[in-house]
Amino acid sequence: MGNINITSQNKTVTVVLQGDFIDFEDNSLLQNITEVMPENISVDGQQINKWDSSLLLILFNLNKYANQNRISIENLNMPKGLIKMLKLALVVPEHLNQETLPKNESLLEKIGGFGLNVWKNLVTGVNFTIVCFEALWLFIRGKSSARKTDFWFAFEECAPNAMSIVALISFMVGLILAFVGAIQLKNFGAQVFVADLVTIGTIRIMGAIMVGIIMAGRTGASFAATIGSMQVNEEIDALKTMGISWAEFLVAPRMAALVIAMPFLTMWADFFGISGGAFVGILALDIPATEYFEHAFNAWSMKNFWVGIFHGFVFGFIISLCGCYYGINCSKNADGVGIATTKAVVSSVVWLIVATGIITFVFERLGI
Amino acid sequence: MINKITAKNLSIGYGEKVIIKNADFEVKNNDIFIIMGASGCGKSTMLKVLTGLIPPLKGKFYINGTDYVDADEQTKLNIMKKVGVLYQSGGLFSSMTLAENVALPLQKYSTYSKKTIDELVSLKLALVGLDGFNDYYPSQISGGMKKRAGLARALALDPEIVYFDEPSAGLDPLSSARLDELMQDINQNLKTTLVVVTHELSSIFAIGTNSVFLDAKTKTVQAKGNPAQLLKNPPNEEVYNFLTRGKHHEKRAE
Repeated sequence: MGNINITSQNKTVTVVLQGDFIDFEDNSLLQNITEVMPENISVDGQQINKWDSSLLLILFNLNKYANQNRISIENLNMPKGLIKMLKLALVVPEHLNQETLPKNESLLEKIGGFGLNVWKNLVTGVNFTIVCFEALWLFIRGKSSARKTDFWFAFEECAPNAMSIVALISFMVGLILAFVGAIQLKNFGAQVFVADLVTIGTIRIMGAIMVGIIMAGRTGASFAATIGSMQVNEEIDALKTMGISWAEFLVAPRMAALVIAMPFLTMWADFFGISGGAFVGILALDIPATEYFEHAFNAWSMKNFWVGIFHGFVFGFIISLCGCYYGINCSKNADGVGIATTKAVVSSVVWLIVATGIITFVFERLGI
Repeated sequence: MINKITAKNLSIGYGEKVIIKNADFEVKNNDIFIIMGASGCGKSTMLKVLTGLIPPLKGKFYINGTDYVDADEQTKLNIMKKVGVLYQSGGLFSSMTLAENVALPLQKYSTYSKKTIDELVSLKLALVGLDGFNDYYPSQISGGMKKRAGLARALALDPEIVYFDEPSAGLDPLSSARLDELMQDINQNLKTTLVVVTHELSSIFAIGTNSVFLDAKTKTVQAKGNPAQLLKNPPNEEVYNFLTRGKHHEKRAE
């Protein structure tokens, strides 16, 4: 077991280390030295037998303390390996300077910084949206540098490959909506109005919202991950230096594919949502099929249908913009893609809800 | 003769963080110009500035005598058409075959027919030793082949300048040496000026005709000139240590 002897004379502290310093712990050395407030420290390692990182840590802390407090320190007769390791540990990183050190900010500065950051992100987001819409316009007119195959590939991802999951979720949501509605309507003996509830709810809003959330998690995340990986792989840098617009090449085909796919997926979700409701109404609530579908057809209105489709259309823009935005702004490290994907999904869902609120309010005011 | 690239009082960095300040250097026609220095000294940042990916904090640089920093977008695009870049990872588009990758700049900027573009693509791939790999995807080839394919794409528009970001990174010594030979061939036979960011000493001495040494401590250009000459007459200890892998330090320690 190691032993540390401390002697103090005329503002000079002498520390003598003796024995084996394996798994050694000592918190008193630095404390004792701090109390003395010496001008010189001399550490003698002549009698050190064995040592490991625990002794290195003690010496590292002691030397660091001395350097920080402008106390002269001598490490005498230390084992060769120990002194080399100590020197290595004490080298000040060359690039560490005030610019990279975290600043101590006051609460006011933090609030100001947060506000500025929000404003900066807002401006960046608006600029990004403008650039993407310009690229989409060029793409629609056939004047962009995007490849048609990229569009069809994205469309395949957005539409046919998403149909099964959209069908399943929409069917289940229709089913849940019918069950929940039936519990309340049963109290009034009006179970048959489950058909009205499910039809109106699904075609006006629920179908589009379910598709939106599924596509945000599926396609929005995929856009962010694909473009983010391209950022990590320097593909976007290569595009920029070739003078090819990333918005035209990467965003426009994806945006076009999703915006076109979303209304169709909404119709698809409407069909399965209503089917889920019918499944519950006819099989679980014993409503005659003819009566159920008569109510469903009566509740159907083209106005509600188009409102749902409009939601799907808007959600297509939101999801593709969020996915591509976080992909393009992905940082070039291992965590970057994961963070970009998460942010893309979260922001897509948030903006879907915000957009739904705005559309609902505006349509309500317009009497639609 | 006008220099290919002239940097004047160029300061680079990110935001308020300065990485290199007041850099002055000239890249002459047909040089193999090495931007060298220790890790983190700003070599890649310098490359990003010279390729127009990020703006400099201060100062200017001229490509073929034209001011790039203050140029309008169209002028910048015209300048960049004469420039090719080989990224550290190759920067190939993973969703495209090698042929599609090489064809992309030709489709964007040339007026060649599809047949000619296809033939040019095969030629460029053959030039870098990838004849017959047209339909391979980047994921199906090795790291060295990816770099050569990236080089074929960089050469697609017969550029006057090609930038290389750490071309030897991740390559075995033999592949690295082959790439160096290929770079020399391109430089000598196509009369292309090469700007190479590297800290690989074997490459620096094998191919470099001119160089600039960036120093992280002083954040300045510490040396300029032919790497072999710099080794003979090092202007300071930093440069000597770098070019000799710190032999000087070791000797002193002994």
